[in-house]
Amino acid sequence: MLEGWVILAVAALYLGGLFGIAYWGDRRAAAGRSLIANPWVYALSAAVYCTAWTFYGSVGRATTSGIGFLPIYLGPTLAAALWFVLLRKIVRISKKERITSIADFIAARYGKSTSLGVLVTVGAIVGVVPYLALQLKAVASSFLVLWQAASESSYPFEQTSLLVAAVLALFAILFGTRSLDLTEQHEGLVLAIAFESVIKLVAFLAVGAWVTFGLYDGFGDLFARAAALPEASKLMTYSGSWGEWIWLNFIAMMAILFLPRQFQVSVVENVDEGHLRTSAWLFPLYLLVINIFVLPIAFAGLLHFGQGAVDADTFVLALPLALGHEVLALFVFLGGLSAATGMVIVETVALSTLVSNDLVLPILLRRGERREYPRVLLFTRRIAICALLALAHLYVLFTGTRSLVSIGLISFAAVSQFAPAMLGGIFWKGGTRHGAMVGLVGGLVVWAYTLPLPTLVSSGWLPPGYLESGPFGLGFLRPYALFGLEGLDPISHAMFWSLLVNLGAYVAVSSATRPSDLERRQARRFVDVFELDPGQGAEPSLWRGDTPLDEVRDLLERFLGPERTEKALAAWAESKGIDLRGRVSADAELVDYAEKLLAGTTGAASARVALASVAREQKLGVGEVLYLLDETSKVIATSRQLEEKSVQLEAATRELQGANERLRELDRLKDDFLSTMAHELRTPLTSIRAFAEILHDHPQLEEVQRTEYLRIIAKENERLSRLINQLLDLAKVEAAGSDWNFALCELGEIALEALASTSQLAAERGIACEQAIEPAPALRLDRDRLMQVLLNLLSNAIKFCPPAGGRLRVGLAARGPGVRLVVEDNGPGVAPEEREAIFEKFHQVALPVAGRTHGTGLGLPICRRIVERHGGTIHVEESPLGGARFVVDLEPSDG
Amino acid sequence: MKSDALRAAQLAAVFLLGAIAFNYPLLEVFSARRTLFGVPLLYCWIFGAWLALIVAVGRLGRKS
Repeated sequence: MLEGWVILAVAALYLGGLFGIAYWGDRRAAAGRSLIANPWVYALSAAVYCTAWTFYGSVGRATTSGIGFLPIYLGPTLAAALWFVLLRKIVRISKKERITSIADFIAARYGKSTSLGVLVTVGAIVGVVPYLALQLKAVASSFLVLWQAASESSYPFEQTSLLVAAVLALFAILFGTRSLDLTEQHEGLVLAIAFESVIKLVAFLAVGAWVTFGLYDGFGDLFARAAALPEASKLMTYSGSWGEWIWLNFIAMMAILFLPRQFQVSVVENVDEGHLRTSAWLFPLYLLVINIFVLPIAFAGLLHFGQGAVDADTFVLALPLALGHEVLALFVFLGGLSAATGMVIVETVALSTLVSNDLVLPILLRRGERREYPRVLLFTRRIAICALLALAHLYVLFTGTRSLVSIGLISFAAVSQFAPAMLGGIFWKGGTRHGAMVGLVGGLVVWAYTLPLPTLVSSGWLPPGYLESGPFGLGFLRPYALFGLEGLDPISHAMFWSLLVNLGAYVAVSSATRPSDLERRQARRFVDVFELDPGQGAEPSLWRGDTPLDEVRDLLERFLGPERTEKALAAWAESKGIDLRGRVSADAELVDYAEKLLAGTTGAASARVALASVAREQKLGVGEVLYLLDETSKVIATSRQLEEKSVQLEAATRELQGANERLRELDRLKDDFLSTMAHELRTPLTSIRAFAEILHDHPQLEEVQRTEYLRIIAKENERLSRLINQLLDLAKVEAAGSDWNFALCELGEIALEALASTSQLAAERGIACEQAIEPAPALRLDRDRLMQVLLNLLSNAIKFCPPAGGRLRVGLAARGPGVRLVVEDNGPGVAPEEREAIFEKFHQVALPVAGRTHGTGLGLPICRRIVERHGGTIHVEESPLGGARFVVDLEPSDG
Repeated sequence: MKSDALRAAQLAAVFLLGAIAFNYPLLEVFSARRTLFGVPLLYCWIFGAWLALIVAVGRLGRKS
């Protein structure tokens, strides 16, 4: 039979054993054989997330909302998927900056701001007290359930709660604040927490398995019987609000990251970043396993006790007791005790660190008191633990009979307020101290107004009208329907308004304010933690280099003690290769080192204040330097662009030079052309004028002479008009886009026609014309222009044929898909060096025979232009007849 | 060795899949009065998806 003293003895033994484990862990750590350098211990210590809320409260919640208890575990599961992104970054930053708490983290990010540290501390305390109260309530009521079963007598709940608070406070003090040596890590504590996580899991699984497979015949049987019970069967589907479901998931995600105790075990106590890899799946697996039997136990409780007869939050314990399994019940009680003590110890240790480092120490430092700080801080922490548990006990008394989960959610909503400042702080350099301050204050005020304040109504501390018609009858200020937003559950409602205010103010004020140099520096160190080279010491110190070394040493000794100070300084001197003896002043680097060293004990903000009391800050130039550093990356990018531009510019210059040369060449050609042309035009004009003058001055000239002169004038005139015509032709041919009439026609026909029209001229000169025109494919040609080409070539040939025995031949044949036209004669031919030049304007061949009629020098250039316009080529070579042989090749064109 | 960026992207994808699996409207679909091996369909879905998510995170987190 279970007896009262047995319960007490077992509980005392268990707590003693826990203490032993912690002691062992610390001893091993001191001996350098750490037990917590193990990913499994790390993951299990993170399971301190599962408190009495999980152990007792989940079942209670499940009896009213089915799977409504699960978001609290699904949220962290989802968050674990992001640990590689989120938590790893927070851990890395915390290691680099020697962060000791979440308040320290936020304060350090926003320029080591003391006021921000104080604000976060107050927020964390106010937010987490309900959560501590939950543990007291759970332990007290579970103890009473067990006690009543054992001794048939009862204690008042209030006294039990106070007793539990006192025992837990004592225990937390013994655990977390034993040593004077204020280091940030508590190896023994972590080991004990991991052990407790195993105990609570095994206890819960034991009772779950007993219920499912002992009382019933497995899951199927249990669910089948529950389905027959109306109040149980309705829990098998989800009928709650999906809005609430989503919000609960969200705040649980935030809680796993930002609850002070989670930050303690996941970040501060982390010894190896690689442990996150294991923890990211092991921790969610723990959550999954501990939740498997929640619904079966809830259904079994409903089947056995019915609704309302027994507080559903105690089903886990009440079921084995009611069915006479006292040993199992005792084990369950131990499991619940583990869950609660683990949470209370870590949470109060974390919070007391906040209080001592971020609340009390800054005040002491500001007042300039020189004391033996470790003793003061230790004392502060102990007082803080007692005060926190006293507050929690008061909260239990004031808020009465609320369910465990509804109390816990209030705390979750509170720590969610840290999300904008934390997440913004590690991903957005633009977040400023003022933005974080205003956002946090706004969010916490709205949270306090919409969540914890209304709980005072149900306990009678505020009039009921406060909820129904708002304070002072102001309807729009009703805490559960702020600004008339009705229809939401309290959590969704509070989260919506508080996050709206918090995030809005954080972003808006951050954008509107200018960060200080220190904030800017910290922002870069936080946001770019993975980019910054760890070995890089180039960052400018914010301390001036003329601090007296003795004062720095003195300051360190007051926090760390003489022995550790000496060791740390010696280690530093050795790493830098400096001899500190005989030195009078500490340089900026040493002050930086001292600041880091202190931060590990006091937190970043307080370390800064402490050092500011002995060292002076650099004011001049650092701002500019930091600004420059910030801008460096931009400058590099800009100079790269400039380089590209200058390369492009050089290329453009080269192109321009080339174009310029071509233009000069063209200009020269034009000048040549003009002068040649002027000459060509003047020659006939001069002779016309000369003969006309003779005729005019000598009217009595003989008839024969007059006729001769008139003939010359007419001939020169003809030559002039031919020249002008050809010039016009050339201009037309050269003008792009002038009207060309392409049509499909046969070159043979054109050739025959041209031959016919020149045959008379040839006959006059006694030239024998031959033709060898074969059938050839029709091409797209400009008939008139090609006729011009042929006439030109033929008249040239006739012109150059010898006066006697001249021969001329025109040939045409298919050549591939195109046509080859040949015009040849037996004249003097074209010298090889002239063969290209004759196609230039005004080029005239030096004629071997004097008195031959001069051409205009434009005929062949025109021919070439026309042929080229048809996409063909023209060239001259030696003819088998002995003279020149002009060859025109034309290809079928698409146009 | 997988790049950090790739690993982060894969884990973010798992996160999003999880967020979809554990939320309205998918849960509404499974919130039916049906059972699978005697266990309500909704419970099967949640715990099954939960386990799948853990396995995915575990596999992605491995050194490779």
